Order: sequence, then structure tokens, then C-alpha cells
Amino acid sequence: MPDINAIADRVASATPPSVGRSLRGLSDKSIAWLFVGPTMVLLLAINIFPLIWTIYLSFTNYASNRPNRKVVNVGLKWYQDILSSPEVWAAMQATAHFVFWTILFQTLIGFSLAYLIDRKFRGHAFWTTIILIPMMLSPAVVGNFWKFLYQPQIGLFNYVVSFFTGIPPSSFEMLGSVTLAPWAIVIVDTWMWTPYVMLICLAGLRSIPDYIYEAAEVDRASRWRQFWSITLPMALPFIMLAVLFRGIENFKMFDMVMLLTGGGPGSTTELASITLKRQAFEAYRTGYSSAFAIILFVVVFGLANIYVRALNKVKQR
Amino acid sequence: MSGISTAHSVVEPSPTSKGVAGFLVILYAVITMVPLAWIFATAWKTPPDSISYPPKVVFSPSLEGYCNLFTTRTRQTDEYIAALGPPEGECDEVTRKREMVIAGLSNYVPRFINSLIIAFGSTFLAVSLGTFAAYAFSRFKIPLKDDLMFFILSTRMMPPIAVAIPIYLMYREVGLSDSALGMILLYTAVNVSLAVWLLKGFIDEIPREYEDAAMIDGYTRLQAFFKVVLPQAATGIAATSIFCLIFAWNEYAFAVLLTSGEAQTAPPFIPTIIGEGGMDWPAVGAGTTLFLIPVVVFTVLLRKHLLRGITFGAVRK
Repeated sequence: MPDINAIADRVASATPPSVGRSLRGLSDKSIAWLFVGPTMVLLLAINIFPLIWTIYLSFTNYASNRPNRKVVNVGLKWYQDILSSPEVWAAMQATAHFVFWTILFQTLIGFSLAYLIDRKFRGHAFWTTIILIPMMLSPAVVGNFWKFLYQPQIGLFNYVVSFFTGIPPSSFEMLGSVTLAPWAIVIVDTWMWTPYVMLICLAGLRSIPDYIYEAAEVDRASRWRQFWSITLPMALPFIMLAVLFRGIENFKMFDMVMLLTGGGPGSTTELASITLKRQAFEAYRTGYSSAFAIILFVVVFGLANIYVRALNKVKQR
Repeated sequence: MSGISTAHSVVEPSPTSKGVAGFLVILYAVITMVPLAWIFATAWKTPPDSISYPPKVVFSPSLEGYCNLFTTRTRQTDEYIAALGPPEGECDEVTRKREMVIAGLSNYVPRFINSLIIAFGSTFLAVSLGTFAAYAFSRFKIPLKDDLMFFILSTRMMPPIAVAIPIYLMYREVGLSDSALGMILLYTAVNVSLAVWLLKGFIDEIPREYEDAAMIDGYTRLQAFFKVVLPQAATGIAATSIFCLIFAWNEYAFAVLLTSGEAQTAPPFIPTIIGEGGMDWPAVGAGTTLFLIPVVVFTVLLRKHLLRGITFGAVRK
């Protein structure tokens, strides 16, 4: 559109735009507030007001199943209880295990897949789309049907494992065993979210301009050297972005694991969000769970902030 | 994604490396589709076939899963069934073979309709609010713009269970518990952050000169927004809508905690489908299939915008 641009530039330079615009209808400033206002009101009502309420509740003995009981200020009691509770530390440890291994597997497999897809073999666009499907599905429904695949004896997962290893399919229970259940949830999450990391890594690989490889080729750098000195460092900000998003999401993980194991067996897969749900909606310890919610929020927020800073440093290099 | 075809000139991968890459990626794609294909196939099995050992890959298809998904059944004596008239349709026939009669319709269709109403309602609201806010953030000087944008995003970092505690209490006070309106408002608040971030990216890409030219022709700012910017942003608005739709469609944590009957959506309902003596896996398979198919179709339609959507617009190409 060179002609429109030219006209616009010419007129814009001839008349001060702010004077011309404010004369017609609403001023830009009032339109700005009119346009942003409703979104802010909604977020204040549905996000900020509840957050403030949660902070208030975390200092009280309020229980949602006994709304008529006199509400008493308990000070920092719940925060002290939570930080010294072995149950909470067990949940945090289960969450850390889940977050660490899912991110490790997803990054390794996701990056490898992206690297392979970037070879641009025939039909790569089609197969990429196929690979992307799991991450768009409902985590709850996914958790529910993986429970079927993990059934001992009749489940497909056990059958396939026994087919390749010879271990009898009824000799192990992915969801019923204390040692296997934490890995069962890691496997499903990896199945579901590897495409996510793959897609972001692929964008990273494609952002590397060809001329850098061409220059390396002229300098007779080996393929191996090119990978470590060009490909990986230049894709690193993208990999870190994927890790950031997956880390936050998996720290909050609830739905898929809730349906797959419900936190069991015992409490081996009871992630932080599941403990929170138990305390808030089964034990009705509203004050306690509010304090736990605030702690979780601070942790997510703090980690995300530190990470974003590191990410910006990498980007600037 | 598929539009990128710039071949590396010097560094074009060799045919062998392309072949190996293609083989590995296709292998991964096929393996990753097995769980999904298995659940789709299970929908067409009879309950005994679905839990047979070894798992049946070849089976004669049956409508029983779909019949059981849509109906409720009661067990009857042989004499009672023998005294009935000829079966009306396929479902009647398969039910009677199990010594049962159809007692009525299940809740699957009402839950599916709830999902549709809540997903479309919240998407419409979130994208409308988001478009206005994104335009304002894209074009106007707003004080503390970066902080407001970060605030909008940060509302998404809270664990859903943490948000659900005060929302549950708040909705109980104002009578929004277990109501479609309550769920629509909640999902709108969650989705509006995604909508603002994505749409700001799309609107940033529309040259300002278009509006400037329109305003020189006598349009007011509002007219220019509606008649020039909105049509230009149509693709972005459509892509954003599909992302919001998929989120609301898939959501489980809020749905299971805040709805119990009237407004319950499909994700909390599907895991509750049980038959006599355990899960009715063919019916679960049928319910899962019908629930997932729309998302699979949307994923294929969205493939060019997926990257943008999953990174909140941080990565565009």
C-alpha cells in the first residue's frame, strides 16, 4: 500500500494528529479507557477480589462447611502449620519430582523431534500436525483414558511392555504401585506435552538464519561443532521459554493426575494442587487451604520472575 | 509452519539424513497416536471385548458403547424381557442381550450441551473484551501499559484450585453456584488474558496507516476501528476464538469444584460413566471420542497459529 502510506504520511506531517482526532467524536484517551475498562473490571472482580479474600481467609479459622461459626483471627498459625507439615513437604517433593522429570523428558524428546523435523523431509508438515494433537486434548479426559491403558492384565500399556520385555502383564501395576505410579504420571504428561516443547524448539531452529551455517561451512566447521556452537546456543532462549511455560503449568498440575491416580496409591502422587483440593473441598479447612494457596502462588510467581530475568539475559547475549 | 520452504542452500540436508529423520518422526507420530486410536476403537467394542486378554485388535464392531453412553438401563428377569414386544432398534436389542432394558436417557447429551453453551458463551465474551482491550494497548498511550499487560498475564499463573476456593464462597453468596452464567464469567476471566495477549500481537501487525487514512477520509476513531481494523484482524480473532474455545471446552478443575448438576460440563461427567461391576470402557470410549473429535478438527485448522497461541504470542514464527 505505498499510495495510502504516502498520503497518510503527507497529511500526518501537515496537521498535528492529536488536534484533528479529538475534534471528532470521543477523544483517544476516553476510547482507551472505554476499551480497557471492562476487561480490568472483570479481572478485578474474578481474580483480584478473590485473591484479596483468600489472603484475608488465610489468617482466620473460617470453614466453608460451617459458615455460621464465629470467624476468629488466628494470625500466622496456618502458615506455620503448613511450613512444618510433613504432608505438605511430601506433596512439594512429589510435585518437584513430577516437574523435574517431565521437563527433562519433554525437552530432550521435544528438541530431538524438532531437530529431525527441521531436516524438512517430505511430508514433514503433515506429520508435525499429527504429533501436535495430544497437547490440545482435555487433560482430564486424557487422564481418564490412560487409566484404562494402564489397567493391569487387560490394559494396552501393560500388554505392550510385556510383549517387548517378556514381563507378565499382570505382574506390575502402573497406578497401584508406590514405585511405578510417580512414573506413570510422568509418562502421560510427557506423551501429552512433548509436542508443545517440540513446537517452540522448532520455531527456535527456524529462527537461525542460513547464512550463519553457510559461513560455518566456509570455515570448515564440522557438523558436530556447528550443532554445539550455532544450533544449540541460538535455540536456547526458545528452549528456556518452553521450560518456563511447562514448569509453571506442571507446578499447578491438577486435572490429569487427579483422574489418573487421584493422588494415590497412598499419597505418592499427591501433587501440591491435589493436597490443596483435599484440604479445601474435602476437609473444609478453608483458612488452612487459603494460606497454602497463597504460598503456592508466591512460589510460582517468584520462580517465574527469577526465570524470566535469566531468560532476558540469555536473549541479550 | 507448512508455509516455510526456504531450503538451506549450502547446508541442505543430505537425502540419507532426510530419510532417517523422516523415519524417526513418523515412528514417533504413529506411536503417539496409538493411545488415541485405542480409545476410539474401544468405543466400538462390546464390554467383554474391551477387557479381554490379550487386548483385541481385531473385533466385530458393536454399537453397545454408544448405546450405553446415551441411555441408562435396569436389569430385568428373563421372563420380563421375554414378555416385551420386539426390540425397537439396535440399542434395544444389544441391551436386552445383557438381560437389561433401557430405562431412560443418560446425562451425556445435557452435559455436552452445557459444555457447548459455556464454551461458546465465555469465548464470545473473552474475545469481545479482549479485542477492545488489545486495540487500546496496541494503539494508545496508556499509563503503566507494561505493568497492566503483565497484571493481565499474571492472573493466569494462579493455580486453579487456589482461585476456586474464594470463587466457590463468592458464588455461594451471590447464587451463581452450579450455574452456566457463573462458569461463563469465570472462563471469560481466565481466557481474557490469553485473548488480550494474542490479539495485541495480531493488531500490532496491522499497519496504523490504514486507520490514519480512514480517519483522514472522515471516519471517527471508532468507525475506523470497526470498519478498518476489525476486518483486518479477522484471522487473528478467529484463531484466538478457537484457543479460548478449546480451553473452556477442556477445563476440568473449576468445573468439577463449582458445578455438580445443572451446569456440569462434559469433562467432569465422562469419568463418572460406570457400568455394572466397574467402568464401562466402551461407553467411556464413545463419550471420549465424541468429546475429543471437535478438538482434533480445530487443531488441524489452527496448525498455523498454534505456536502463537501456546506461547501467549511470545513466539510468532
